[in-house]
Amino acid sequence: MTSLPPETWTAISLTIELAALTTLILLVVGTPLAWWLARSRAWWKEAAATVIALPLVLPPTVLGFYLLVALGPDGPGGWIARAWNLRTLAFTFQGLVIGSVVYSTPFVVQPIRNAFEAMGDRPLEAAATLRASPWRAFWTVAVPLALPGFLTGAVLGFAHTVGEFGIVLMIGGNIPGKTKVLSVAVYDYVETMQWREANILAGAMAAFAFLVILTMTLLEKRFSRPGRA
Amino acid sequence: MKPKNLLLAWLGLFLVAAIPAQVLAAQTNVAVAANFTEAAKEIAGAFKAKTGHEASLSFGSSGQLYTQITQEAPFEVFLSADEARPKKAIEDGYALPDSRFTYAIGKLVLWSKNPALSAGPEALKAPSFEKLAYCNPLGAPYGAAAIETLKSLKLYEKLQPKLVQGENISQAFQFVDSGNAEMGFVALSQLAKVSGGSRWVVPQDLYTPIRQDAVLLKKGAANQAAVAFLAFLKSPDGVAIVKKYGYGVGDKN
Repeated sequence: MTSLPPETWTAISLTIELAALTTLILLVVGTPLAWWLARSRAWWKEAAATVIALPLVLPPTVLGFYLLVALGPDGPGGWIARAWNLRTLAFTFQGLVIGSVVYSTPFVVQPIRNAFEAMGDRPLEAAATLRASPWRAFWTVAVPLALPGFLTGAVLGFAHTVGEFGIVLMIGGNIPGKTKVLSVAVYDYVETMQWREANILAGAMAAFAFLVILTMTLLEKRFSRPGRA
Repeated sequence: MKPKNLLLAWLGLFLVAAIPAQVLAAQTNVAVAANFTEAAKEIAGAFKAKTGHEASLSFGSSGQLYTQITQEAPFEVFLSADEARPKKAIEDGYALPDSRFTYAIGKLVLWSKNPALSAGPEALKAPSFEKLAYCNPLGAPYGAAAIETLKSLKLYEKLQPKLVQGENISQAFQFVDSGNAEMGFVALSQLAKVSGGSRWVVPQDLYTPIRQDAVLLKKGAANQAAVAFLAFLKSPDGVAIVKKYGYGVGDKN
């Protein structure tokens, strides 16, 4: 396509891999979480929801700092790291995935939670009267009804991970093929005044963000058409 | 006189009385390469005590700072970690041609928090460590010096998988300090206040001397505080602080 150096292509594929894996994990972990947040009457529910929402307002450097400490040999990351025969999870792809999952959680969980809440109790009650087990009701009633929420969550989670910078800079170590993602590549280009390369990458990312937001807006319009629950 | 006017008159009198001490006090924005952070803070303090001028310091890698300078950042003085960028700043018309001088000669250190790692060239050959931190060689000359050192020792190819890169030298330090990397190449100045661990000051014949140059930027040409800051950096008081942080001082060119 263009004459971007091969390491840039490595950064692109790495970024996509990171964002896809993060989104997948968040859909698996985030769905029960969102379900619980939407249904539970526990008094501390909103406190839990607030903790999950923290990355929305915390600077990535704050998260990055805590992650650097937590992933290190003296933190919990240290003993998880031993599963991969490592000393630390910083500077590894696994570490970035953990960081991204923390960072992108609210972007996936909140839309799904909203969708579960908007659905209300009725469809599930109806399913129950038809003798559907809760498990079956969840899969055949709740999930299809909340599909727009899942879509929004997945798209936002993916896009937000692609756009992540501060955390990667703090815990990544800028290793090509492992932790050097697109946003860091752009930063390197700017720092060394390779404007042309910076321009191509930054422009492509801006176009990507535009497409994501436009797609989401159009999807939302489609799904929220009157007549649909 | 109405009470209000009286108040204003008193206020005016106070201001006039306050002026003599601060009459020449001005403020200047200084861009400082990250390795010089601690020394620059002390210099700014001494500078203020001596002249009354305020130096506001911004830290980053030399590359990042230089990019900002080309984009009209409000910096008036540039303390780079290399010679190349101040030279380029003059060529590209951002700095005054005659203002460039070497304010410090940086020393590269291999540092570990583990006293037993004994951080010498043999430590680099040992298979017992996983991560070696350094800083981005494109933006920070200490990173380039680290790579040069590894190449001189013929270890670069072998150690490449273990290298982790900080955006600037402060971050390389942080990687070692947080325990995530067992060893790292940092600036000797960063270890001025660090005790314990183990360190190996890399012999000068393994890498090109890190001559750190300063320039007066055009934005600061008319600011007496900017001019005075560079003069202070060259003065015996300034040089004493530079040396205290483990830098060499060279000829002024």
